[in-house]
This record gives sequence, structure tokens and C-alpha cells, in this order.
Amino acid sequence: MTPAIRVQQVTKRYGALQALGGVDLEVARGEFFGLLGPNGAGKTTLISALAGLVRASSGRLEVMGHDVVADYRAARRGLGVVPQELVFDPFFTVRETLDLQSGYFGIRDNGGWIDEILDELDLTAKANVNMRALSGGMKRRVLVAQALVHRPPVIVLDEPTAGVDVELRQGLWQFVRRLNRDGHTIVLTTHYLEEAESLCGRIAMLKAGRVVALDTTANLLARSSAHALRLRLGAGSVLPDELAPRVLSSEGGSLSLRFDRFDEIGAMLDRLRAAGVAIDDMEIGKPDLEQVFVDVMRTA
Amino acid sequence: MPTGAFATLLYKEALRFWKVGFQTVAAPVLTSLLYLLIFSHALAAHVRVYDSVSYTSFLVPGLIMMSLLQNAFANTSSSLIQSKVTGNIIFVLLPPLSYREFFAAYVLAAMLRGLMVGLGVWLGTLWFVELNYAHPLWIVSFALLGGAILAALGVIAGIWADKFDQLAGFQNFIIMPLTFLSGVFYSIHSLPAFWQGVSHVNPVFYMIDGFRFGFFGLSDVSPWISLAIVGSCFILLSTLTLLMLARGYKLRG
Repeated sequence: MTPAIRVQQVTKRYGALQALGGVDLEVARGEFFGLLGPNGAGKTTLISALAGLVRASSGRLEVMGHDVVADYRAARRGLGVVPQELVFDPFFTVRETLDLQSGYFGIRDNGGWIDEILDELDLTAKANVNMRALSGGMKRRVLVAQALVHRPPVIVLDEPTAGVDVELRQGLWQFVRRLNRDGHTIVLTTHYLEEAESLCGRIAMLKAGRVVALDTTANLLARSSAHALRLRLGAGSVLPDELAPRVLSSEGGSLSLRFDRFDEIGAMLDRLRAAGVAIDDMEIGKPDLEQVFVDVMRTA
Repeated sequence: MPTGAFATLLYKEALRFWKVGFQTVAAPVLTSLLYLLIFSHALAAHVRVYDSVSYTSFLVPGLIMMSLLQNAFANTSSSLIQSKVTGNIIFVLLPPLSYREFFAAYVLAAMLRGLMVGLGVWLGTLWFVELNYAHPLWIVSFALLGGAILAALGVIAGIWADKFDQLAGFQNFIIMPLTFLSGVFYSIHSLPAFWQGVSHVNPVFYMIDGFRFGFFGLSDVSPWISLAIVGSCFILLSTLTLLMLARGYKLRG
């Protein structure tokens, strides 16, 4: 079976800037796939190339086996994209927006599915409201609805929860999980790594336009043996210099120290005691995707 | 609600201007009628262009055509620049629309607006200006071709411009001079030889002259010449626009 998405040796150059430097990856049908990377890593450029919004300088991209350039009609029918920016057409109501989007995909009598999406996204009461009158969160929901209006087998969500409240975020993930269970392939980019960790079965990490890690989420987490010793230090306490290389994060009086084996903890605490550091609170954290991400970006 | 990508985009573009019809249709009709009122009042007694045609009658086809052309240009250019600046152009770039469908939908919707404004000006003048309709086919041909040319030019300007002031520059420094210096308010025979020569390189002059021939059977140049020039302009600009769209110039990075 052809994969939902196939990206082969894709490069994209903007003048002197190499936005994508030979990306290769495949996303199987039905996967929940994460595309992670720092700002400027090329995530949005890759999604845009997949959606036909930018043209790759070289290489080949396919959606459901259809080349996005040579067979663009079939490729675009197979893809629904929720863009990162909060864009809308101020001339139309929510329902008009969705009716028009259905028409662009040549779909007749789509009212039933549109009603269902509106209901799922809690937009029914806003169906006849002009887009301008909606809050940011509501506009974000309409963008999701627009991406789904033609029932695409592949759905790409480009940072869909950026700047949205917890309630919408949870509702959105519930809906997207259901779509994935129903067989839709989901590709997600997000800066919220805990979301990617809990949702995605497989993850690709991009840095400077290249894939620097590509594996199942479980394997990526297993790749890092690093645990964190999280401490809240007493007032006036200063961390000894020899423990400074272990610092993962530091905020106010709280800090996280990295360790690989549990028998390292004793020595670390001894060193803190010897330096006269008072510890108000302490806990041990498991490796998480954020740590894996930091490690991958540091070493790649 | 139409189905099919092309029909939907055409419908959306028409709905877009119709929703603000007071600004996009009624206002330009009123502006043209005010031009007619002022110019005919001020000049009717002083200017005689054709022996058998009053100045006010002479003025009407020119004003109809000028408003038609300006509004066809305004529709495509403003729609595209707004969509680009606000980012909602993505909604018509993501669906399986071909560049030809994109072109045809934008141009036809702009022609519709131009024709509605032109029709509005014509209806507004019916009760106080006497017009002949010597060759209706010429009237229709030049109205359609002129509208299509300016609509295509609007697509080019809308795609090219990155900011509203660039588009305003295009409109104020190219479209306005071309339409105002095209014989709307006068016959070019009343101009000095140099300006007559300049007028002959202005394609809008041929649109208006050919359009006016349809009403009065009189024109500054043969309508066949005008048709050939206007037709060539249409082919040239359409080809250029289609090439830009096919290459995704400023639309598909």
C-alpha cells in the first residue's frame, strides 16, 4: 500500500537560504505523525511544499500516492491543511466559508457533514455569524473545519493549538484522535512537546532543513537515558560549580539536574550537602520528549 | 451554491463584491453620473464633437466604458491584494483548482462587476440623454473585451503588488491616466498632433472609440482597427497573466 505521505530528497532554496536540504520521510496510512523542530527548521516549508503552496527546488512529494505537482488535483483532494496563521475571509459567515470550501473541492450537498463538523467543533451557534465577529479560538476552529470539509484522508495540523485556551485544546485533540481512529492520517507540528509525546506514534525532528531524528515516540524516549533530579533550593543556596554541567533548567530557586544512573544521585546530594546547600523539595523526573528534543538539537 | 471549483470561485468573487454593492457598484455609478452632470453642463454649449451627436450623448458611452474598465480592474486587483495581505489566499491555493480556472473565475467575476456598473451608468442616463444604438454587437464586443483586459490587468497588479500602496500606485499612475486620456471626454481630433499620436498608443482609446462606434456609427479610427488592437491586447495580457499563474509567481513561493 502506498504511504499517506512520501517525501523524497526534497530541497527548497530561497536565494542563499536553504530551507530544506534533502528531506526524506514516509508517513504510513493511519499514522499519527509528529513533525518537530525549532523555529526556522523547515516544518512549515515542508508542509507548504506538500500542499502545493511552495514549489520544492528539487525532489518529489506525494500524498496518497499522487505527485503534488504532476497529479496535483488528486494530491490536494487527499490533503486537509490547518494553517499556522489565523487567516479568514472577512466577507463571509462561518457557514458560507465552509460551503465555499466544499465547492472548491467539487462537493455537492455537503450540508450534513458541515453540520457534523460544526457540532463537533462547537460552532453550531456561530454558523451564521460573520468571521470578523469570532474570537481567535473560534477562528481557529473554523480553520480546522475548513481543512476537514472535503473529508481528506490526510490531515496536516500546523501548530493548531498555538495561543488557544485549554478547553479548546482538549476538545480539539479529542476530535483529532477520533479522526485518527476513523482512519485519517494525522501530521502534527507543534511546539508543545508534551502534546506530541502523548499523541504521536512516530516523530521526525527537523533542524536547519534536515531530518535529524525519525523514530517511534517510544524509541525516541528510550534513546535518552537521562533523568532529572528536580530540586528547590533553600534561600541563599548556591549550586557548586562542579554540578553546573548537569543543569537542564533553572528558574528562580528551582533547578533540574541531569543524571543517567540512579547511583549518581547519592554523590550529587553529597556534593550539595558539602557545599552547604539547603534543599527544600526534591523529586525525580522521567525522561520526556522535551529532553530528547533538546539532546537531539544539541548534538545534531 | 454552485458546485465545481471554477463555478465556486466565480460565485465567491461575485458574492464578495455584491456584499458590499453600495461601495462596489452604486458608488461608481453615482460618480459617473456626477461626471456627466458636471461636464455636460459645463461643456455642452462649447464642444461639438460629431455634427449629428450632442456632447452629452457623446460623453455617455465614454463614461460607461470608463466606469466598466475601472471597476473590472478594481475587482480583481483589490480581491487579490486583500487575500494576499490577510493570508486568506491560501483558501483558493489549497483546493484542486487549475491556474486556468483561477484566471477565468477572477476575470469573469470582475467583468460582471464592470458590466453591472456600466449598465447602471447607462440606466441612470436613459431618462435625460438620447442615445443611438447603431451597432449593438460592437457595443457588446468592446464592453466584454475591455472588461476582460482590465480584469486581467487587475490580476497582474494584484499578484505583483505586495502592499496596498503599490497597488494604489498602479491604479493612480497607470490605470487612471490611461482611462482619462483615452477620449472619454473629447475626440482626439480636437487635440494637437503630438497628443493625438500619444493617444494612438493608448489601448484604452481604442476600447472607448470602438465602444462609441457601436452607439453612433462614428469613430475616430476604424472599429476594425480598434477591434484588432483591443483583441491583441486581450491575448497578450491573458497570456502574460496565465504565465504568471502557471509559474505561481508571488503566489506559490
